Amino acid sequence: MSEKREGGAGQVKRFMFVNRKAPYGTIYALESLEVVLIGAAFDQDVSLVFLDDGVYQLKKGQRTQGIGQKNFSSTYRALADYDVEKLYVERESLEVRGLTVDDLLVPVQVLNSAELGELMERQDVVLAF
Amino acid sequence: MTSAVAVKGKELEVDEEGYLVNLGDWSEDVANVMAAEDSLALTENHWEVINFLRDYYAEYQVAPAIRVLTKAIGKKLGPEKGNSKYLYELFPYGPAKQACRYAGLPKPTGCI
Amino acid sequence: MAVLHTTNKSPLQTRDLESCLRLSRPGCGVLLIEDAVYGALAAGTIAATLAEAAGQRRIYVLGPDLAARGFTAEQLIPGVEVVDYGGFVDLAVEYHHVQAWV
Repeated sequence: MSEKREGGAGQVKRFMFVNRKAPYGTIYALESLEVVLIGAAFDQDVSLVFLDDGVYQLKKGQRTQGIGQKNFSSTYRALADYDVEKLYVERESLEVRGLTVDDLLVPVQVLNSAELGELMERQDVVLAF
Repeated sequence: MTSAVAVKGKELEVDEEGYLVNLGDWSEDVANVMAAEDSLALTENHWEVINFLRDYYAEYQVAPAIRVLTKAIGKKLGPEKGNSKYLYELFPYGPAKQACRYAGLPKPTGCI
Repeated sequence: MAVLHTTNKSPLQTRDLESCLRLSRPGCGVLLIEDAVYGALAAGTIAATLAEAAGQRRIYVLGPDLAARGFTAEQLIPGVEVVDYGGFVDLAVEYHHVQAWV
């Protein structure tokens, strides 16, 4: 993302979206995704973190016909088109849930808590969902 | 408040901005009727974009924002079509918004 | 007649399931719906909570909620039964009453 404007009116800030809720049971996951898609128009340095139950958002094989809700899990695969390419998953959250990266529907970078904590500290804005 | 678009004698529900409420109501006739209301006759080039949008939505469950649409069209149909000049000529009211409406999709996420 | 307990929160996010299991009596039924279905998965550290209780209770999971979250019946703790919406209604009738842990 080196071509992004620095300084002036187009100051680029580091935005991190922290996703900690499972999909469908509450509206948080979908709301976060929509904010990310809308925010993508502003050309900021955006990263997404999935931890705690948030890792369930990326579980492969979601089939929502039975609950009458939109299966927005496919939309995570469109994030790259929106130039949102930094997706991080906490290793500890996966392990507690018996999940591995093979269970996830998009390529992600797996970080441990310490690494993720450090990354969070470097952000300008952290938005939690 | 909702209104409707009349297609082949059937009233199909649309929202206040004219987007179909039920995606399942869509047919090519819907696109033609909506375009006619905008005094536009749909050509092969329009359909190429409309069909692209429908495929994109089926795959990703999201109606792409204009920037995303332009880039994705370029990737699939070539740079002579993947630019906003070409797309604005086809859909003068805003390629993503207008074409999504004809395609029976919701208003694009990321169009403010 | 026994009680059917229902819970709808992820066991990794609230303690509803633990309270439900602690206070529900042997012979009762426990139905996991919405985000609570994660509590019935065999993988992961949380599985022990339910596996222990399952011996003396019938544990049910709402199938459509399980499928929505990308899991299948084969991934559940052995003995957990999957029901559909009709099955949910049958259970509500079958048990003496329904107690929701929300």
